[in-house]
Amino acid sequence: MAENKETKPKKEFSLREKLDEFSAWFKKFLLKIKFDVWKGWLYLLPCIGLLLVFTVWPIINTVRISFLEGYDSLGAIGGATFNVGVGNFTRVINAPRFLTCLKNTLILCVLTVPISTILALIIAVCLNAIKPLRRFLQTVFFLPYVTNSIAIGMVFAAMFKMVGSHFGTGNEYIQTAGIMNTILGVFGVKPVNWINEGSTYAANITVMVVYIVWNALPFKILILLGGLQSVNKQYYEAAKIDSTPRWRVFLRITVPLLSPMLVYVVITGFIGGFKEYSSIVGIFGEGMGAPGAKGSLNTMVGYIYDAISNTQYGIASAAALILFAIIFVVTMINLYVSKKKTHY
Amino acid sequence: MEEKKNVLPEETSSEKATQAPETLVKGVMHEQNMQQVSTKQRIVKIAVQTGLYVFLGFMAIVVLFPFYWMLISSVKSMTEYEANPPTLWPKVFVFHNYVEAFNAANLGTLFGNTIYVGLISTGLSLIITVLSAFAFARLEFKGKNVLFGFLLATMMIPGELFTITNYQTVVDFGWLNTYTVLIVPFLVSVFYIYLLKQNFMQIPNELYLAAKVDGTTDFKYLWKVMIPLALPTLISITILKMMGAWNTYIWPKLVANDEAHRLITNGLRALSFTDEATQKTNIPVQMAAVTMVSTPLFLVFVFLRKYIMKGVSRSGIKG
Repeated sequence: MAENKETKPKKEFSLREKLDEFSAWFKKFLLKIKFDVWKGWLYLLPCIGLLLVFTVWPIINTVRISFLEGYDSLGAIGGATFNVGVGNFTRVINAPRFLTCLKNTLILCVLTVPISTILALIIAVCLNAIKPLRRFLQTVFFLPYVTNSIAIGMVFAAMFKMVGSHFGTGNEYIQTAGIMNTILGVFGVKPVNWINEGSTYAANITVMVVYIVWNALPFKILILLGGLQSVNKQYYEAAKIDSTPRWRVFLRITVPLLSPMLVYVVITGFIGGFKEYSSIVGIFGEGMGAPGAKGSLNTMVGYIYDAISNTQYGIASAAALILFAIIFVVTMINLYVSKKKTHY
Repeated sequence: MEEKKNVLPEETSSEKATQAPETLVKGVMHEQNMQQVSTKQRIVKIAVQTGLYVFLGFMAIVVLFPFYWMLISSVKSMTEYEANPPTLWPKVFVFHNYVEAFNAANLGTLFGNTIYVGLISTGLSLIITVLSAFAFARLEFKGKNVLFGFLLATMMIPGELFTITNYQTVVDFGWLNTYTVLIVPFLVSVFYIYLLKQNFMQIPNELYLAAKVDGTTDFKYLWKVMIPLALPTLISITILKMMGAWNTYIWPKLVANDEAHRLITNGLRALSFTDEATQKTNIPVQMAAVTMVSTPLFLVFVFLRKYIMKGVSRSGIKG
């Protein structure tokens, strides 16, 4: 008993000593493995892990697959080998369906980017020139941004759609032209078949352009108005002293000073335009075209997704790389042109 | 003159600036002449201002009209909707459309799925973003700049390029038709890391060093100092991420389009809202569904407009 009493405090003491010893050793160990150096990587571990699986590997694999002719994933698991070549690319480029998609995408881009940019610029300049109600109107113009492009696409479809209606007796079928045609009728425009069966390609594209521009305005107005508000007021005062006409002030002062923002808005507009897909789904549904003309409005992204759905990964990869190349080239051209014309 | 300009509010100073030179230049003219000039200028100014308001008002109506049409169509009866010419204000309000839409589209499940996926992916994504941004902003380690440059470079590549392989990957993992497949592949957003890193860098490094001297752990410092100071950015990221979950369409359609895991946008598009009696799309019911899907977005916008606009103006990404 006596011995025990003596040893107990001694034991505790030794335990603490051991703990101290251990922590000192651990600190040394951490120093030895340079914990501070690795700490950064430790923090980044989840980020890097996910990026490796879902970003880095896809880049490598997509490029690899695109050069394997006739690639199919089941065959690959079974150990089949594929010829290396540009067969996927030539097949994509020669496919009429791809050319339709490319044409649609280009037409939408070329029409919507300038229209929305110019309109946004005008609205932003006007907003910048007023004092009362500016905040309120700014909010109103930003509203379309916080929408679901599929949901509001369905609203646009309803606005442009002609609706049939039965009036009592079975055979009597009356077409109502839809609210858009009614409004245009006030200005003397004859009803147009916008998106119903048998509608023309031009009418369909018009509806898409209206919707995409409506959808693209908020972001552009926000950026351009932000740019306008940071412009040095001295330039305008100098112009006022010289009594320069307003349009000249606009072209010679506002546009050059805004050019960095304009470039930004145009580039993001083109990138978004080349990836156009869900706004078309919103209006025309997954058929990507008016009833009876399915796929007539399909875009590049739509083509890629169709190929994935049909497990044609080689084709999809090649098309995705072509899309990337186009976006890259257009962005570079934009930057090159803007470098010559931009005033920073 | 210049000293005064600094003291005076902007408006008056700019007015002075315009008037002063005129008096200088036209000082030799008759007073009557001058008055004429100034009234003329005033008339022009008023006309220009009126023109601006007319134009902006017209554009505002154009922008708002689809929302108005969505709302009034959602409470019209089918017969009234098809009336020619269309009525601009419903004669009879049919609120039953909303009940019908809610049941037909199974909106309860869709809302639940979307909120679940949105909350979890936002939470996890915030953790990853904060840790990564902290490492890039405060810690010194080899290869940091190279890694960050690489991350920024991946932002240039369109997402479609990743989708193909990611689809194969999730099929291999057996993740098809699960919540995981909707959450995990998009947890890392390089742009948000970039945004938060910039924000963290604005916090003086001395604070961090002082905390280190006091023996504060990194986590405590992050939690007590960094996160509160960067809260506005974090709120912006949260809102944009949630809005993203609400609006995402393509990826869920590809990988999780079954009844149990379907998200709101896919559910909305997949339904035809066919009227049983006439075999036509019941547009009022469809519009009621669209209104219900859009309302949460509008509420978020109304209450958190500042954060959304700030986040968007710096990012330029949609959802």
